[in-house]
Amino acid sequence: MTTDARSLTGKAPRPERHVPLVVVGGGPAGVAAALEAARAGVDVMLVDEHPIDNDMMAMDVPLYFGGRMDPAVRNRALMLQRVVETNPALAAAADAGVDVQLGTCVWGAFVPGPTSRELETPLLGLADDRRSWLVGWDRLIVATGARDVVLGFAGWERPGVMGAAAVATLLARYRALTARRMVVLGSGDLGLRTASLALEHGVDVAAIVEVGERVRGEDKLARELADRGVPIITSHTVRAARAATADVASVVLVRVDDQASPVAGSEREIACDTVCVAVGLTPSIELLALTGARLTFRSPLGGWVPEVDGAMQTSVPGVYAAGDCAGAHDGRLADPDVAREQGRAAGRAAASSLGAPVAVAPLAPASTPRDVHGHWQTWLRSLVAAGGMDVNVCQCEEVTRRELVETRPPRYLVWSSPQMSARSLDTLRRDGPVNQDQIKRLTRAGMGPCQSRRCREQVGLLLAQSTGTPLERIPLPTFRPPIRPLPLSVLAPADEPSAMREDWVSWFGIPTQFSPHWDGPPIDEPTYHTRLVGE
Amino acid sequence: MSDTKGASVVIVGGGVTGLSAGWWLARTGVDVLVLERGIVGWEASGRNGGGATHVYSPFGLEEQRLWPQLDALLGYPTEFQPFRIGVALTETQLALARRWAEIGEQRGFRWEALDRRQIKELVPIVGDDVVGGTYLHFGGHANPQRTVQAYAWAIQDHGGQILQHTTVTGLTVRGGKVIAVETSRGTFGADTVVIAAGPQTGLFADMLGVSVPLAPARVEMIATEPIPLMGVGGVAGNGLYGRQTLRGNLVYGGGPHEWVNVPDMAAPEHPSTPLVRNLARRLAELFPGAAHVRVIRAWGGVVENTPDGLPVIDRLNDPSNVVLATMSSVGFGLSPASGRGVRDLVLHGKCQFADLTALSLARFADTPPDWRARCGWIAADAPMVPAQ
Repeated sequence: MTTDARSLTGKAPRPERHVPLVVVGGGPAGVAAALEAARAGVDVMLVDEHPIDNDMMAMDVPLYFGGRMDPAVRNRALMLQRVVETNPALAAAADAGVDVQLGTCVWGAFVPGPTSRELETPLLGLADDRRSWLVGWDRLIVATGARDVVLGFAGWERPGVMGAAAVATLLARYRALTARRMVVLGSGDLGLRTASLALEHGVDVAAIVEVGERVRGEDKLARELADRGVPIITSHTVRAARAATADVASVVLVRVDDQASPVAGSEREIACDTVCVAVGLTPSIELLALTGARLTFRSPLGGWVPEVDGAMQTSVPGVYAAGDCAGAHDGRLADPDVAREQGRAAGRAAASSLGAPVAVAPLAPASTPRDVHGHWQTWLRSLVAAGGMDVNVCQCEEVTRRELVETRPPRYLVWSSPQMSARSLDTLRRDGPVNQDQIKRLTRAGMGPCQSRRCREQVGLLLAQSTGTPLERIPLPTFRPPIRPLPLSVLAPADEPSAMREDWVSWFGIPTQFSPHWDGPPIDEPTYHTRLVGE
Repeated sequence: MSDTKGASVVIVGGGVTGLSAGWWLARTGVDVLVLERGIVGWEASGRNGGGATHVYSPFGLEEQRLWPQLDALLGYPTEFQPFRIGVALTETQLALARRWAEIGEQRGFRWEALDRRQIKELVPIVGDDVVGGTYLHFGGHANPQRTVQAYAWAIQDHGGQILQHTTVTGLTVRGGKVIAVETSRGTFGADTVVIAAGPQTGLFADMLGVSVPLAPARVEMIATEPIPLMGVGGVAGNGLYGRQTLRGNLVYGGGPHEWVNVPDMAAPEHPSTPLVRNLARRLAELFPGAAHVRVIRAWGGVVENTPDGLPVIDRLNDPSNVVLATMSSVGFGLSPASGRGVRDLVLHGKCQFADLTALSLARFADTPPDWRARCGWIAADAPMVPAQ
């Protein structure tokens, strides 16, 4: 039978190695999963991206680091040492025979599907700071954790505004946070625990700010912080972060009424070099999305989460989710054992499905925490009321809230026309339900190098708010590989199948496709092999 | 039928070809309705290289005439930018680039050869291994995502209608004509029907007992973070097509495609594959000065091809009121002209500005049913889920 030499046939990429089970993420869930499967006799590779490449951290990938990394993060050997020291479970996993790969990120998952049949096996794309490679797998456990929900205010682009997950990473894992005096936004357990962690590491906490009338987190934690002299300022929101030079030097708060509207004349300014957004966490589902796992919106779990069975298996056979990426909420912070238990369940189920003799029992259903998006909407309403519509909602592409809801084309086009002025989110809505990906294409909000990590949630919340659409009715914006921004030189393979090089053409290589319709010799890229009908 | 919704012309498919046809009809004063199963321009029409340099085509001259005035005609920005630079890293690539230029010259367009020094001045991110290139004083590129939305909005501005999230389920034929289009949102009467459904075009033709040989395939592209703007963004070579966008991103595709089974086209996602790495490699070869630039996204899409890779733009004999429009995987750049051609076929039965004989369906009258297998244009038979 004829094959089309210009097609992918025969050019399937060769994985560097094949592993029965890959676990992604070296937190409590990932390590527990890897240990459980290794003890059952399965060959396991555990991939953890820490220590993260400094250049990536500077782009706020994968967490909102806000430029508050100590220069020591450039020293990869030192950071590797700290990552190992501060997470002893990694060494335990290595001792149990797990192949632990640190400083290695996962940028893609490729699962054969109806339109990608040339893949011979499911693959993961891995990379360090120098090169990328592919690993084949039979089972995949995703334990990628959660990231901060970021809500902006005037000045949030400045170095010093960062997220709680990034604070935790830089303090507890890298010991490389440069903050001296921090204001924490959010009084849920996330905010309270972040404040405690900061105090433990000698960072002064100037205030905890809460938009609601009451502290949201555990009373005991709040009392401990109050006893240590940390003011918890309720019924307040942020008007702006101010700067002396480039960095944050203070934050301006304003009191809000029970409608989350600012009260005139109630501003107060607090000196600080760091503002930590600790409003909430959302599961890091990028990798799960790339596997094709079915995702569903569940507010108590922090937004879009994978649908899983009692053994944490997703809708894609052989792909499991465990820990915060399967659902993030305050209860998790108090009890990492829940994440460990999920990891163990996934590890056992994966091992059992690979033929290892382990018993699999479904996890007991977890208690249901409260919805979080209503509270996030209150925060956002207060920030919009206090800071106005001319605050960036997307930092990378410099799109303001106003430009988003008016669906303006980007400023660099310098375009105006009566027709364009007549278009808005409102007219777009008459043509169909609100779609964040469509608005992204028109305004560019979410198209930048941070891969929408800083704006994805606030764009969604703002669209929901502006159109009166329930958040769960706005389709999840797509994730695209590479889910870590990688240099061309890193992503590029060092070698390729010879057919890939020899038969590469820019389009299909059909000789008549680009030939002049008048008489003349055809365009034919040199190594065309296929036989066309009639030839 | 008196209470049936409908329009003089119903267009099946809100991709770039259907949208342009709808716009041309609407601005001519024709009552037009575009039916789109998802969001306008959502698939390959909105995710392609954005090239607007197809002078070889019967639509080529009209394409070149229209693009520079398209923003003004539509009332919305397309980000069209004129001119193209071809960069060659080998003598073979140079011959190919020159061949493209010479085809333009035959149509009366100007181009010049560039030496290494000239290319390095125009495109500072190329390396020392450049052997030469071309500067085309014609052609260009635009932003597909913005352009498809511009067509759609302009249709509405001229009084046309677009129904998104509306799936066409059937075509009602009576008396040798399609009198109505059946959809997930009711039945719409029509005097004339345009089928411009991209890879699905063949399925709708099948409903009418008409065979259109089309093979769908998945293709992929990558995009980098923005870098400083070059004077001409339409730079390509080394087996890649693409451009630098006005925002500064390098957006490129090329290389092997994957043939897709027709039933599999319905899959909701057309994923990227590890081919993104091979694309990155060629882009780094083309632009060594940008090898450190980060890839921030990649995507795949499904496009259709006829056996000779040329469009089918034709009005059927039976049923007599149907126009077929598939651009055979090269639709975006030619869209300003192809839509005008479709309008002419609807209104006059014949294109008024170009000879479309080469694009008639009749040329495939003798194409055997198993033509895909004979070409090797078929999908692999491979496991679709991880082995259990």
